[in-house]
Amino acid sequence: MSAAEASAGQPSAGAPGRSAAPATPRPGDARTSRSTLSASGRLLRSELRLILGRRRNKAGVLVLAAVPVLLAVALRMSDPDSGDGPDLISAATSNGIFVALTALTVEMALFLPLAVAVLCGDSIAGEANLGTLRYLLTVPVGRARLLWVKYASLVIGALIGVVVVGGTGLLVGGALLGLGPTTLLSGNQVSLAEGLARLGMAVLYLTAGLAGLAAIGLFISTLTEQPIAAMVTVTIISSAMWIMDGIPQLDWLAPWLLIHRWPAFVDLFRDPVFWDVMRTGLLVDLGYIVVFLALAWARFANKDVTS
Amino acid sequence: MTEATLSPTQSLPDAGAAVASTGLTKVFGSQTVVDDIDLRVPVGAVYGFLGPNGSGKTTTIRMLLGLVRPTSGGIGLLGAAMPANSDSVLPRVGSLVEGPAFHPYLPGRANLARLDAADRFADPRTAGRRIDAALDRVGLLAAAGKKYRAYSLGMRQRLAIAAALLAPRDLLILDEPTNGLDPQGTREVRSLVASLVHDGTTVLVSSHLLSEVEQMCSHVGVMRQGQLVAQGTVAEVRAGSGPVAEVLTTDPPRAADVLRALGLGSVTLTDGGVRAAPQGVEPERIVEALVQAGVGVREFTVASPSLEDLFVALTGEGFDVSG
Repeated sequence: MSAAEASAGQPSAGAPGRSAAPATPRPGDARTSRSTLSASGRLLRSELRLILGRRRNKAGVLVLAAVPVLLAVALRMSDPDSGDGPDLISAATSNGIFVALTALTVEMALFLPLAVAVLCGDSIAGEANLGTLRYLLTVPVGRARLLWVKYASLVIGALIGVVVVGGTGLLVGGALLGLGPTTLLSGNQVSLAEGLARLGMAVLYLTAGLAGLAAIGLFISTLTEQPIAAMVTVTIISSAMWIMDGIPQLDWLAPWLLIHRWPAFVDLFRDPVFWDVMRTGLLVDLGYIVVFLALAWARFANKDVTS
Repeated sequence: MTEATLSPTQSLPDAGAAVASTGLTKVFGSQTVVDDIDLRVPVGAVYGFLGPNGSGKTTTIRMLLGLVRPTSGGIGLLGAAMPANSDSVLPRVGSLVEGPAFHPYLPGRANLARLDAADRFADPRTAGRRIDAALDRVGLLAAAGKKYRAYSLGMRQRLAIAAALLAPRDLLILDEPTNGLDPQGTREVRSLVASLVHDGTTVLVSSHLLSEVEQMCSHVGVMRQGQLVAQGTVAEVRAGSGPVAEVLTTDPPRAADVLRALGLGSVTLTDGGVRAAPQGVEPERIVEALVQAGVGVREFTVASPSLEDLFVALTGEGFDVSG
């Protein structure tokens, strides 16, 4: 039987194991295919170690954490009785949870998207730039698996960023201003546990939005071998959306902008929780994720890797 | 697109070969980088893939490994069509493509661990042992904890070779493996390749410097401007070109006339002598004719061209033996 006939009988789709190779395996070679899930889990852990171990990224985390610290200190030093500020600012003075919310509001416009953009630049374009992409692909990692793991690591990176901002606000705000029953925007109070649960949901909601941006970024990262170019492009896209969102003449466009409903996470702090805008927001996030992951795959699946 | 990939049901170019391609072609824009080549690397061979810089070797290797899609033509790797069977074939192929590339801020060992993590077939429980064994094999164990950016070019090259040896391989594709290595390192790579071949691994090693691979190859293929201009065992390729007679003399122009009159081909003047293809004329007759014509012969040799000369002849670098 020729090797061609042998290979004709093998499943060509899915994830053929080592035994599916037409040629005889080497004697004494015990390597077998591990389940896709556990193997991808190992690659994802390796990816996260790479992201979190990088000094530049550690510095980025410190910058993200600096904002809530600054806010908490500023609020502690200001007169706690003056209630003239905007909603969140004045409410924050009474509770650490609101320091977290204020910090999230401040950072979602630029710092958090910038952090995601940096990770996007590294993900595919960075590997192409270093030349490590060709070695990953000849391992072989499988292009689909690499793209999924890269995207998962971006979403986890975004989650870490949001958690750092919210968590630092909560801890430092709690230490400087106290933690207790949370005053909602609608005026009534809920227990601390309830407040923390709502903060947790706000973190997840913002992470979903950043996951949409990460999908755009992953696609852009497959277009270039320059990580800085990808990073700048993603930052420009997110900033441009915030600008367009603020132009009244572009009202017709606003509902389609990824960032348009990001600020709606404060709806979690109304009583009862106002879900409508957030629900639509999550659908828009999902739309961006599906479209841009499809584009990234279309681009990456057949791309000639010449770097 | 339909031409670019062989489906598993199509017949392969050559089922018995570790690497086989038919009509492999790659066009980038308007430039044909690889032009209709039929590569054949028999199982167990050490195949020297030669050619000047820019002759299409690396693009060919990238196509073999599924990094670049062929414009047309088919590829068989270890008996399976590529790139359709990348998932099952590539784990058995170790490769070094266009120099080492690693994360500069990670130590050598961590870089290998990352590649190992990407391998679906690698057992994480044995990762540490396999990584250390690979590092040891290339003599890099002592520097395993140093960051990659602190490595010298030779150490980087060694790390890339170690990466290719992380798992048992049936085929090694090494693109310019001795680049940046000192003579000692070059010798080590040669003996490493020899030991791998002894274990049954087929090796395809590319180089633009023939002298580096000459001593270890059983087969050669020579690329020139995207075309495979010669291929076969070293003896076969050598046989493709006849011996060369060289006369060192005080009067080269007259010696050249004599040689031409004798019917020798490709007569060319060299520094202080004449070179020609004997074309069946016995050396004795040549010397006799020269002496009778009163040409002072200082030295006369008839020799098969070295592989180096052949390489130069085939690739058109420097002087041309065939005139």
